[in-house]
Amino acid sequence: MSDQAPEIAVSQEQMVRTLQERFGNVVKPDDRGNFEGVIVDRDKLVDVATALRDDYGYDYLSSATAVDYLGFGDHFEMVYHCYKTTGGPALVVKAQTPRDVATIPSLINVWSGADFQEREAYDLMGIHFPGHPNLKRILMWEGFDGHPMRKDWHEAYFEEEHKPFDNRHPDGWVKRSEEYNPFGRNVKYPQGMTLADVHDISEIDHYEGLNLGVDIEYGAIDTDRLIVNMGPHHPSTHGVFRMVVTLDGETVETLEPVMGYLHRNHEKIGERNAWIMNMPFTDRLDYISSMSNNHGYALAVEHLMEKNAIRGYSAPTERAELIRILMVEMTRFVNHIWSIGFLLNDLGAFFTPALYAIEEREIILDFFEAASGSRMMCNYMRFGGVYKDIPERIRAQAVLENDIIRDFDTMQYLRTLIYERLPRFIEEYDRLLTRNELVLTRCQGVGILPGDMAIAMSAAGPVLRASGVPYDVRRADPYSIYPELEFDVITGTNGDVYDRFLVRMGEMRESIRILQQVFPRLEETKGQPVFGMDSYVPRMGNGGESYGRVENPKGELGYYVVSMPGKDYDQNPWRYHVRAPSFINLTGLEEMCKGHKVADIVVILGSIDIVLGETDR
Amino acid sequence: MTTGKDHIDLRELHNSEIPLPDGLQNNVALTTLSQLYNWGRARSTWPLLFGLACCAIEMIATAAARYDLSRFGMEVMRASPRQADLLIVSGTVTKKMVVPIVRIFNQMPEPRYALAMGACASGGGPFKEGYNVVSGIDKFIPVDVYVPGCPPTPQALLYGLITLHRKMESSSLNNINSVPWYGRGPSDEIPLPILGPDIIDPRQTEILRKEIESFNASMQEMQAEA
Ligand code: SF4
Repeated sequence: MSDQAPEIAVSQEQMVRTLQERFGNVVKPDDRGNFEGVIVDRDKLVDVATALRDDYGYDYLSSATAVDYLGFGDHFEMVYHCYKTTGGPALVVKAQTPRDVATIPSLINVWSGADFQEREAYDLMGIHFPGHPNLKRILMWEGFDGHPMRKDWHEAYFEEEHKPFDNRHPDGWVKRSEEYNPFGRNVKYPQGMTLADVHDISEIDHYEGLNLGVDIEYGAIDTDRLIVNMGPHHPSTHGVFRMVVTLDGETVETLEPVMGYLHRNHEKIGERNAWIMNMPFTDRLDYISSMSNNHGYALAVEHLMEKNAIRGYSAPTERAELIRILMVEMTRFVNHIWSIGFLLNDLGAFFTPALYAIEEREIILDFFEAASGSRMMCNYMRFGGVYKDIPERIRAQAVLENDIIRDFDTMQYLRTLIYERLPRFIEEYDRLLTRNELVLTRCQGVGILPGDMAIAMSAAGPVLRASGVPYDVRRADPYSIYPELEFDVITGTNGDVYDRFLVRMGEMRESIRILQQVFPRLEETKGQPVFGMDSYVPRMGNGGESYGRVENPKGELGYYVVSMPGKDYDQNPWRYHVRAPSFINLTGLEEMCKGHKVADIVVILGSIDIVLGETDR
Repeated sequence: MTTGKDHIDLRELHNSEIPLPDGLQNNVALTTLSQLYNWGRARSTWPLLFGLACCAIEMIATAAARYDLSRFGMEVMRASPRQADLLIVSGTVTKKMVVPIVRIFNQMPEPRYALAMGACASGGGPFKEGYNVVSGIDKFIPVDVYVPGCPPTPQALLYGLITLHRKMESSSLNNINSVPWYGRGPSDEIPLPILGPDIIDPRQTEILRKEIESFNASMQEMQAEA
């Protein structure tokens, strides 16, 4: 365990000046209103990125994403958010390319964490990345028509660019585009398609380059080489994730993650939605920790509202912040017990540890339900606060004290939970699992990810910290009231499955510690407002960009939002991108699995703790 | 049929039209073969261990201790479609995923049932307009029960399952048309969708052909005008 004090970093402006001195005209500060960082000439992008990593300490690429500025300069822009693992704010690096022949050099050799993110930009925006060794579609299937995140690409049920649609509001005569679709379905075929195009090429590229023959002899023992598809329907993949695995006997030779089976177009829908309409959608990203997803999005939009000095906006009150932290840390607890329970499931201890975990989860969910109205999809936070104060009383069905009491005073309920029930549960779980022989033999030394590799691959959250890197957004780039709270950043040493397990156990203890600091302050602030703003429907005025990041239970969750000035644009995000920890943490999966047995893949995947709603978005 | 055990309540099996002497009420049941058959099937429905999205989490919560699916004889979730009776479609069905789902459904032996859990599986839900989302699994496989909600609470799912049990109990061996599997021979396989430029349902090729023809005709007209 180590406590990490963020080093007071050079400000972004200073950094921009330093870069300009060194690279001259290649680097220009981004001077559009409310935009940050530098725009780099794309021919020199790799040089600048290498210098940033090697000479200035920006070793961590948090997010890389593309924006389509159709009608605003008609170019694509790749946006990179670079951080130092020693802490401090971001340096935003951008590179632009014309829309017709869109190419930007790949940064995979500088930060290998760019791998999946560049593939995503290729898939959804159609930008080519020369230098990328494996540039193919990642979320949609090979053969799909077009690049759906481009602004001029319209989906089958397209009605208008922005919600609320004119024909629903305010007049309310409803005409839905789906009623006019000749197929009666959500499909759209390219113009000029012929029946000869009706064939499926989506599977071919997964097997490209793999030697498909069996009976290949290896060394002394004759083993067969096999290609096994694990998933998309497989009980161990925690959803609809698929891995194409080449096996020599039982040992993993190559592993290719295949995703997109739950790609439900979060970002495209998000760009049609008004700002506040995205809040319930963020619940459905990492659907186990909806509260902290809300928090990240609220931070991103609040930041943008501050930049624009929106009238009527006021920052969250103290009580609102306290309630947010209460919810977020409880969510972290829920997420970690869930993930440990199911890690044990993957180890073969079928369902019993998970049942222990679910029992505690239900009790917390009862509180969430009382506060927000829903067990899982809480939709609780708002820009400038939370939706509602926590209720006076809870009618909980779960049995907290004994069979009879079903109607609790909320603070009493929370006190029992925070000071007795959850700490006791941790000790019990600890006693049952931590020195358990099965856990030790199956987890120690399995799925090792060294620290430098974890940083290069942009791993985040417990995966990064288990590899010995004390990087926690709550400390490294603090937000909300975390600076006032006392807690430790838990790290591991070996970066194996067991360390990830230990880090999660430790973080649950820290969460309880935080909750115990928040609880008395909640009692003190009773009666204060939780929402200071005038209206729920912000208009962004002059536009701009903003990146809101939080330490989600699964890792760093970031929201990159861009707004364009003008009456037609400022109600909706122009670009809405989610930096999903579950997605980027998978970059290291093959590295971790190579050389291990098939049964270990399941465990390693379980220890990364992915949720498909977030991986595929 | 007699039994001394308490935990099988023979009264629920007994055909109420036939009167029984008082002393025999919980020891003897007179019933029809259909009823006996359906009773057995409804009380040991094995769902497929198959989660899709957020709704799957609530499905797991339903199976856990608090809501306890095993009260209905359903706790044996099978990971193999060959051993499962019930497909709970628990989440958003994407175009990419619908191909495996149809394949899995085809692999399930009859009698088989499908339950659409949540708004997404029933009709597309919040993600309906997405380019990769199928607006409801019933476009591809026949659905027996729809459970609304986003996600449905475990109680709602349980209610859906009880509704399904009722449906099972109402099918009859006498009427071979009441359900496909009481007829002769297996029912037809559902054709696998094709992932072309967009998803193509082989059952819709006729419409597709017509669309292409009308498009070509309009192109020719435009050329003629020009
Ligand atoms: S219905 Fe709601 S909870 Fe269920 S899969 Fe769809 S979005 Fe998720």
